[in-house]
Amino acid sequence: MLSKAKLWLSLALSTLLFWSAGLHAAWDLNMPRGVTQMSRDTYDLHMTIFWWVVAIGVVVFGAMLWSIINHRKSKGVKPATFHESTKVEIVWTLIPFLILIAMAIPATRVLTAAYDTTESELDVQIIGYQWRWEYRYMRDNMDEEEVSFFSVLATSREEINNGVEKTENYLLEVDRPLVIPTNTKVRFLMTSADVIHAWWVPDFAIKKDTIPGFINETWVIVEEPGIYRGQCAELCGMEHGFMPIEVHALAPADFQAWYEEQQAGVRQIRELAAAEMTMADAMAQGEQIYNRNCVACHQPGGVGMPPVFPALVGSAKAIGDTAVTMDTLVNGVPGTAMAAYGRQLNPIELAAIITYVRNGFGNSAGDVVQPADVNAYIQEGQ
Amino acid sequence: MSAAHDHHHGPAKGLSRWLYTTNHKDIGSLYLWFSFAMFLLGGTFALVIRAELFQPGLQFVEPNFFNQMTTMHGLVMVFGAVMPAFVGLANWMIPLMIGAPDMALPRMNNWSFWILPFAFAMMVSTMFMEGGGPNFGWTFYAPLSTTYAPPSTTFFIFAVHIMGASSIMGSINVIATILNMRAPGMTLMKMPLFVWTWLITAYLLIAVMPVLAGVVTMMLFDIHFGTSFFNAAGGGDPVLFQHLFWFFGHPEVNIMILHAFGVVSAIIPTFARKRLFGYDSMVYATASIAFLSFIVWAHHMFTVGMPLAGQLFFMYATMLIAVPTGVKVFNWVATMFRGAMTFETPMLFAIAFVVLFTIGGFTGVMLAITPVDFQYHDTYFVVAHFHYVLVPGAVFSIMAATYYWLPKWTGYMYDETLGKLHFWLSFIGVNLLFFPQHFLGLAGMPRRIPDYALQFANFNWISSVGGFLFGFSQLILLFVVIKCVKGGKKATDQVWEGAQGLEWTVPSPAPYHTFETPPDPKLIHAQ
Ligand code: HEM
Ligand SMILES: [Cu+2]
Repeated sequence: MLSKAKLWLSLALSTLLFWSAGLHAAWDLNMPRGVTQMSRDTYDLHMTIFWWVVAIGVVVFGAMLWSIINHRKSKGVKPATFHESTKVEIVWTLIPFLILIAMAIPATRVLTAAYDTTESELDVQIIGYQWRWEYRYMRDNMDEEEVSFFSVLATSREEINNGVEKTENYLLEVDRPLVIPTNTKVRFLMTSADVIHAWWVPDFAIKKDTIPGFINETWVIVEEPGIYRGQCAELCGMEHGFMPIEVHALAPADFQAWYEEQQAGVRQIRELAAAEMTMADAMAQGEQIYNRNCVACHQPGGVGMPPVFPALVGSAKAIGDTAVTMDTLVNGVPGTAMAAYGRQLNPIELAAIITYVRNGFGNSAGDVVQPADVNAYIQEGQ
Repeated sequence: MSAAHDHHHGPAKGLSRWLYTTNHKDIGSLYLWFSFAMFLLGGTFALVIRAELFQPGLQFVEPNFFNQMTTMHGLVMVFGAVMPAFVGLANWMIPLMIGAPDMALPRMNNWSFWILPFAFAMMVSTMFMEGGGPNFGWTFYAPLSTTYAPPSTTFFIFAVHIMGASSIMGSINVIATILNMRAPGMTLMKMPLFVWTWLITAYLLIAVMPVLAGVVTMMLFDIHFGTSFFNAAGGGDPVLFQHLFWFFGHPEVNIMILHAFGVVSAIIPTFARKRLFGYDSMVYATASIAFLSFIVWAHHMFTVGMPLAGQLFFMYATMLIAVPTGVKVFNWVATMFRGAMTFETPMLFAIAFVVLFTIGGFTGVMLAITPVDFQYHDTYFVVAHFHYVLVPGAVFSIMAATYYWLPKWTGYMYDETLGKLHFWLSFIGVNLLFFPQHFLGLAGMPRRIPDYALQFANFNWISSVGGFLFGFSQLILLFVVIKCVKGGKKATDQVWEGAQGLEWTVPSPAPYHTFETPPDPKLIHAQ
């Protein structure tokens, strides 16, 4: 009887799934099967347990429904008087217990595998910030040519505020995705610079908290090249809903090419930082950086949201001593949501954004801060 | 002595009756009305959330305000609506059920109620302070709730302290009453299950509330006195916060449901006209759930990076909870089996409770499976899970209890047609609201976000429609209760044909003072 019920149910469910898949992806009912061994194991475990509880539900709710239909006073039935049965009670304590053991065995196996972080071929550090991710590739020559970058939501504020049509990857797209090689054991070392975040990509079945002061480990072997998306899963403050994750998995050779390109980029920025910047350049670049990194708190037009997020218009820290603006941007303001951008932006970007807040939104400090000034400031601080 | 004097007059007149009352029935009513007010307030916050999530994009509120809404909704519902409702039921019903004249500590009873409105007024007022109210979720994880919190957090901490004090006083009162004031012949194993579940959860509350008080005090010190309990930069440990919070939090969620078990165990036998099946095993199951609730807390923390052995321990322990929980469900079904059932509003709510709570239990077992929890955790799947156990679970049981005992409280029958209308709208609303959230979570929607990717749009609008349906249906309950207080068909003392227990031996409405002399021991039957 049980297996028949199961058959009917799976038929009903698969029709439903089929029908909905045809309609629109937006009717997704289930977890993705994903692209790793781990994610498939997780999915299978999920389905096994799902069918167990469906079967139990059919029995329990079936018995209940049957009583509701047949044992009603309006049918003139007389209530029975039994009110206990040690035998029955032992049976229905033991059976669930056995079912649970049957579930615990595969669960233990999958969990143990998930914990095996040994023998990784590439290590990437993931650092959570309010509200962006930093990825750092931990490779041999990382001291001189460290490949590390921040990954920030790329969806525009106009889309979020319903000013323009939303595009396909609304809220799931970033400016610079994490890039990893396929068929390679990549280990992630995760921590946070401020509050707790959680890095989650459903297709990998990985979700792990990034916690200040701790380093958590997890790993992935992606089999298919492709673009995989996820989001921060742990409430981390105002913009928690706006710090997505985008991972590009490339074939190992493509990955290597990409990686070398990044290293070349690092060298190039070092050279460019020596050049002089004009006011027009700085303001144009600064505006872009502002809209990407600062606007969530300090708001369009620099009006802020006092008292937590101060206005920049006319702010003493913005238009006063250059060193103070520089310090605020480079080191942040500890204990507040104002992050330290010294590592998040390169010296050229820092120079541009500092110039922008000093001279944008009607501020008029008048000076153009140069990448070399920023470099000097950072060096001095160390 | 004054007892003899009291005997001759009823309640005082006007406002002072309510301010100074030490009468368990008055205090019970105060708790229940307070709880209903908080239910509407918390519900309003929820509707703000559902309105914002009706469509992708930001329409009505700023993200920071949205976070205040989710936080306040959770806090108000857990500490303001559900807990006080059960304390109200305890005040009204425990003395009536065990044949006691009042609660054991009536003055403390007054105090434990009257500090609550102040706690909530203070907590809600934080939303009007500079920087806004708490915006870090009802679980208020550090350091988001310490180093990065708005300045009003200090008031939030104070409010939590007051709520905790109120709960502890209420629990001491319940324990003292049950252990000392049972009528002769009311042995422990003859007590109604509602009394048993309260006795057990009162101990749980006394055990865990101080932990909550401790953890908020540590927050206070981190914020104002330069300590670093939860601040990694000062050598502290943010994960410690979660261990402490959930050592309180998991027993807390079990407390809410155990009371509900007690209510449903009273209602189902009445309307099935058959004794509760397996009374003894019900008591033992309650005790085992209470015990297990102390050793499963870290199932809320499977993603923090505990060692493998820890993960396995908490996974196995959590799975074990399903066994006594299952026993309860099977016993209710066995009680209904071969009874002679009728389906008045309390029974409808009780049956819906059994089915929908069980669905929440099923997702609970799924969540217990650690490697799969990596996918479920912090998504709408968890939101669906705990709303199934809390709304059509705990809240439905409170509604069932209200309809069940309302005739005894007011002396009038409530309007059955409106009661059924309320039930069906709530039932449809709650499922429309929460069932699609399972799909959202599985498809990858994180919880606590004000805006979402396009593939989540469909189930979100369905959920929002359900939310508004459910929310507005509750006004029917308000109407039914007011109507019933004002008048209606006179209720008999027995009220329900199949009802058993001492509360049905006193007149309807229950007089201001009852059981001033103990009831006849012959009236006390095994449950
Ligand atoms: C069979 C019984 C149950 C089991 C095995 C169970 C298991 C779990 C697990 C493992 C989680 C953590 C999920 C996660 O965050 O990833 C959870 C969350 C939760 N459960 Fe249950 N649960 C059960 C019954 C209940 C009951 C009866 C209640 C309350 C009436 C409840 C209330 C909650 C709440 C409030 C949360 C989420 C708290 C939050 O993160 O905000 N659960 N449950
Ligand atoms: Cu729990």
